[in-house]
This record gives sequence, structure tokens and C-alpha cells, in this order.
Amino acid sequence: MKYLDEFRDEELAQHLAREIRQIATRPWAIMEVCGGQTHSIVRNGLDQLLDGAVEMIHGPGCPVCVTPLELIDKALHIASIPGVIFCSFGDMLRVPGSHMDLFRVKAQGADVRVVYSPLDALRIARESPGREVVFFGIGFETTAPANAMAVHQAKLQEITNFSMLVSHVLVPPAIAAIMKSPTCRVQAFLAAGHVCSVMGYWQYSPLVEKYKVPIVITGFEPLDLLEGIRRAVVLLEAGTPQVNNAYERAVSFEGNKSAQKLLSEVFEVADRSWRGIGKIPLSGWRLRDAYREFDAESRFKVSTITAEESPLCRSGEVLQGNLKPNECPGFAKECTPRHPLGATMVSSEGACAAYFNYGRFVPVESIQ
Amino acid sequence: MLVPRISTMAVSSPWSQFSEPEQMSSVAQPDFSQWSCPLPLRDYPLIVMGHGGGGRLTSELIEHIFVPSFRNAALEVMADSSVLTLPAGRLAFSTDSYVVQPLFFPGGCIGDLAVNGTVNDISMSGAKPLYLSAGFILEEGFPIAHLAAIAERMGAAARAAGVAIVTGDTKVVEKGHGDGCYINTSGVGVISMAGPCNGSIAPSQARPGDVVILSGTIGDHGMAILSVREGLEFETILRSDTAPLNGMVESLLRFAPHLHVLRDPTRGGLASSLNEIAGQSKVGILIDERKLPILPDVQSACDLLGMDPIYVANEGKLVAIVEPGCADDMLRVMHESPYGRDAAIIGTVTAQHAGILAAKTAIGGTRVIPLQIGEQIPRIC
Repeated sequence: MKYLDEFRDEELAQHLAREIRQIATRPWAIMEVCGGQTHSIVRNGLDQLLDGAVEMIHGPGCPVCVTPLELIDKALHIASIPGVIFCSFGDMLRVPGSHMDLFRVKAQGADVRVVYSPLDALRIARESPGREVVFFGIGFETTAPANAMAVHQAKLQEITNFSMLVSHVLVPPAIAAIMKSPTCRVQAFLAAGHVCSVMGYWQYSPLVEKYKVPIVITGFEPLDLLEGIRRAVVLLEAGTPQVNNAYERAVSFEGNKSAQKLLSEVFEVADRSWRGIGKIPLSGWRLRDAYREFDAESRFKVSTITAEESPLCRSGEVLQGNLKPNECPGFAKECTPRHPLGATMVSSEGACAAYFNYGRFVPVESIQ
Repeated sequence: MLVPRISTMAVSSPWSQFSEPEQMSSVAQPDFSQWSCPLPLRDYPLIVMGHGGGGRLTSELIEHIFVPSFRNAALEVMADSSVLTLPAGRLAFSTDSYVVQPLFFPGGCIGDLAVNGTVNDISMSGAKPLYLSAGFILEEGFPIAHLAAIAERMGAAARAAGVAIVTGDTKVVEKGHGDGCYINTSGVGVISMAGPCNGSIAPSQARPGDVVILSGTIGDHGMAILSVREGLEFETILRSDTAPLNGMVESLLRFAPHLHVLRDPTRGGLASSLNEIAGQSKVGILIDERKLPILPDVQSACDLLGMDPIYVANEGKLVAIVEPGCADDMLRVMHESPYGRDAAIIGTVTAQHAGILAAKTAIGGTRVIPLQIGEQIPRIC
């Protein structure tokens, strides 16, 4: 592999798109689960290449988007406490809480820092005795191993001024929740390659059996996605729902065993609220009792903070694939990336922001 | 393939992170033994409040650092203002402030940026830049050796661009109230009315059918700064592209009536400049992403962080919008410049989708490239 160019080859992409158009006998509705997949589809104009042969439904897999409003409010509250160093991935800084976002809290004097790894936050804690250092530990199974490692190391090294505001969510329960919805239109899923590189794909077989829905694991480059879509369409046309791994170069059936071991050491499965969707039973992780001392929610006593979503925002329907972003009455009017009403408009991976930024609301003819 | 070692976030003193090795070793340190000041400068070579007080200490900085670095007749008069004689024509006037961190980075320092940035802004109206001012806001405790290195680089950049720094100012703020060193430069240049360009080059002048030419690779400066500021270590060093573009512009001006727009895509990157041109000229712009020159290392770093190089800052590139008939000749002229070797035709101006920048994507799709709301933020995963 020279680099990634091989997976961005125009000729091969056109060839795959042509093949998909040829084999699809009807416009199949396929959901890409992950925000990174949405980003790549829209940024590369993949859905245009498919020319209606497949309808891509943008799923709930943007960790920034599904982090519940009340958790953002808790983060804002903790970040505002004097003496706290609040560390976060950059994406979370613009996510609006009920009244503020982390950028504005920072402008008011809070010590909010962007880090690229939770282990950076741990290092800051080690170097800043006397300050409370809190890491905003959000994300799917992808970011979880590094977050687990940070907490594990904090305990091992007795770094007591470190804690984590945890809001981890899991892909399989979300797929199940979508399939259970009476308005569900999804006929196949593209599962996210990075989640599966950690967790493997053994968890998907029961879902395929129960809901008779093909699940294809893909990477994030244009050819990865097109090949995933092609395999999903083949399975749909044949009427043989299966789990299929189209990302063999990174994903194995078992996944990363040592990461999984660490995850089950530090986290336990718990109910989680998803922004725009609501509570899904057993759909996330929280710190186990043995690590509860590192739980920022109890350390800073913020568990009583609650919040209500904007009534205009219909991101829940968008996240479940029942509404295209541009069909929302607030889209590009009351709700823009500059004044987002819901998190799907905030994150660069959010379906609404992707539509707004990459112009799916502009008729294609007008830019050709 | 680049293997990133993402390790740290800066928490130490901002001007200690990236200093001596490459950037400063070649620069002469001030020789304190020759200074007339009897105060403890020799033992404590840091900026103190008195350096901004207008008295002896201020004079020492001017005499020992700024005058030797910037050396020119107008400055050496040491009056409250410099008196200049300008050639006939229209005046181009621009100002910019520089607050970059770290102050020294691969490919340059805040001093090069402060000179080249203003030189380039003046050049983009078709003017020949002539004179600059330099205002320094220094933080108490800032090492004088670093200031000397910055001034030295500013002098060298000014000489390379053929401009003179003819006036300046120094203020000192208390420790904790600044970030080491801020610089403002303002500058003037002249558009000769007798020359081929009579002031008609402006962001509002793009016309349907015009061709968009980019002078070289994009994203170099922004990714170089990000990688050192955030402590992201890549296997290769990404270097800023800071460079004066007035020489290249001068050689492009002979195409003047057919050269409609010049912009240097700095903050906000190429996407912002082209969006602004589309808006001001009330035209659409369609570029081909496959034709954008991007260094593989920069592309890798952007992919890794989930950033789009089209939004990343440049400090030594220009975009020219020209009539199609002279595009190839102009491209050839750019290729002859040391700062235009990777120049490429990247798109066209259209009458459709006025005000919108669109792109053909790498795999042959289409997308709209909007203005960014704020800074580009690395994606979570």
C-alpha cells in the first residue's frame, strides 16, 4: 500500500458505481451507521455516482451528535468550576448545551483544552497536581479503548486529580433500536470498520438472524464504501442476509482481544440516553465500581442536571433515517452550522452539517 | 506511510517549545558586552517593562537590534516619522497583525510571516510593495535573544522582498498579558498608472469563462504550525511555505488587462479566497480537486486529523483568475518563479451557481465547498 490513493481511484470508483447501478433492481435503502462514513460519502459525492440505485440513509453513528444535551450541560458546569482543567476532543467544543458551548465557557476564563488523546489529559493531570483534570470521554467502541486505558493508568499510577465524564455508546444496540422502530425503512447496514477493528464482527450475527438484514463492514475511503454498498446490494438482491466483511485489511472476526479485555475490566454495560433518540437499554458503557472514583459525574456531583431539547430540532428522525436533513423545516433557516439547534448540525460528521456543508440541498444540475 | 506519534499538548512556556535548534543557531546573538546600558541586562537578558518605556532601554533595543537588522537610510534618520518619496501612481496600503504560536516553526518564524504577509497583501492589488512599518508588543520576560533572531529574520525577509522597514514601535506588556511577541506590520506599495496594470486587479473582477490558476501546494503553512503547536510528531517535518510573492506578481503583471484577480489564500485557505471571489464577482467557481497540488505529507497529516487541506492556511501561495487565452503563458511564467514551480490550472469561472464554490471530487462526484464557520477542528475519530 503506497498510501490511500489506491482507495480513491476514479476509474475503479466509476466501475463499482456502474456495477451497483446494474445489479440493483430497485432503490434499496442502506444505512451507513457511522458519521465518518457519512462524511466520506458526502464529501466525495458517492451518492451522486449511485444515481438513485441506492438510497443512503445517514445513521446515528456520530459520537458528537448522539451525546445527550444534559451531558453537555454537565460538561459545561464542570468546566466552569475554578481550578478545573477540562480536556476534550476538538469536535465537542462547539456542541451547544442548553445555553452555552465549551468555546464560550473558555472565553469566559475556563481552562478548556483540546487534546488528541485521553492519555494527553492524563499527562496534564500528572503535571498539574493541585488542579482537577477532567476528560470528556465520549464516543463509540472506537474511542473507548484509549479512554479505558487512561482510567486504568490513572488508577495504576494513583493520579487522583484525574477523572472522566463518560458517555460511551455502542453500535449493536443502536442497530437493534432502529430495526425495532415501526417506521424503520432501512434494508441493510454498512457497519463501521474502526468499531469492528476493536470489537470484531461476531456481535452482528444475532442481529442479522433476528432482523433478516444484511450488515456489511466497510472502511472509509470511497472505494471501501462503494465495495461495501456493492456487497450489500448483492446480498439484498439474492435475499440472503449475512454479515460480510468488506474491510479485511483492518477487521478480523474476533477483533482486538486485548482492547476488549481492557474494556470489560474498566467499563460495564449500562442504559444510555442518545440525543434525539432517547434512552436505549444497555446501549452504552459506564465505569465499573472499581473505577468509580474516576467518574467525574459523581466527583463533581452533577448527576442532578437535566435538560430539554429544542422543540424545532428533528434530529432524532434524521438520526433514525426517517427524515432527510434538508426536509426538516428548520434546516438552513433557524438551524445552521453557525446557530445549530441540534448536534447533527454541529459536528462535521453530523448528517445535517454534512448536507449543509457539502451542498446536497443545492440541485446537482446547478453545479455541473 | 506516515506514522504519527501523537504525544503531547503544550503546557510549558510557549516560547520554549520550538526554539534554538534549527531556527536560531544560524542567527547572531546580540553581543551584550558592547551595550552601553549599565543595568543588569548583561546578567538578565530578558525584556523588562522599561524596554517599552521610551527611555534608554527602548533606545538600546532600537540601536542594537532593530537598526542593525532592518538597516536602511529612512530608518536611520530616527525621527518620529519616516519621510518617503513615492513614484507616481495609486497607493496600495495594507496592515496585518501576527500572533502565531509557536514563534519559531519549521520553514520560518513570526518575523518572516510579518514581512511576507504584508508584502503579499499589497502585491495582490497589482502594486509594487515599497515600505513597511513594524510594531512589536512584547511580553515582560521575553528573551532578548529571541527578539534579535526575529528582527534579523524580518530584515532578511525585507531584503529578499526588496522592501524597507522604515518605521517601528515597541511596547511591553506585563508578564502573563501577552504571548511572548506580537507583531503588526503595515505597508505601502504603488500601482504604476503608466504600467500594464492600472488598478483593475480586484476580487470583484472574475468573469465567466476565466481560468483559475494556483501557484503551488496548499496547506503547508497551517499543517506545519499545527504539528508543532499541538506536539503532533510526524516522521517528516512539515514546513511552512512563507515566501514573498511580489517578484512573481511583477512578472505576471505583463498579462495585466487579462489578469482579473489575484488573492493570497492565507487564513481559511483556498476555500475562503475562492468563496470570497465568487461572492464579490457574482460568479460561480468550479475547481477540480484532482488538480490541486498537495504535498503527500500534508495530505497524510490532514487525513489523520480529519481536516481538509482546502481550508488550511498558506503563506506563500497565490491564486490568479485570468482570461483563458493567456492561462498557459501565465502558468509558464509562474513555473519560472522559485515560489511557483508547482503552479497548476485548477478550475474555471462559471455563470452558473453564482456565489458558490463547487468542486469535482477525486472520484468524479461533485460537492459544494462552503466558507468555514470558525476554525477547522480535528475530527474525533
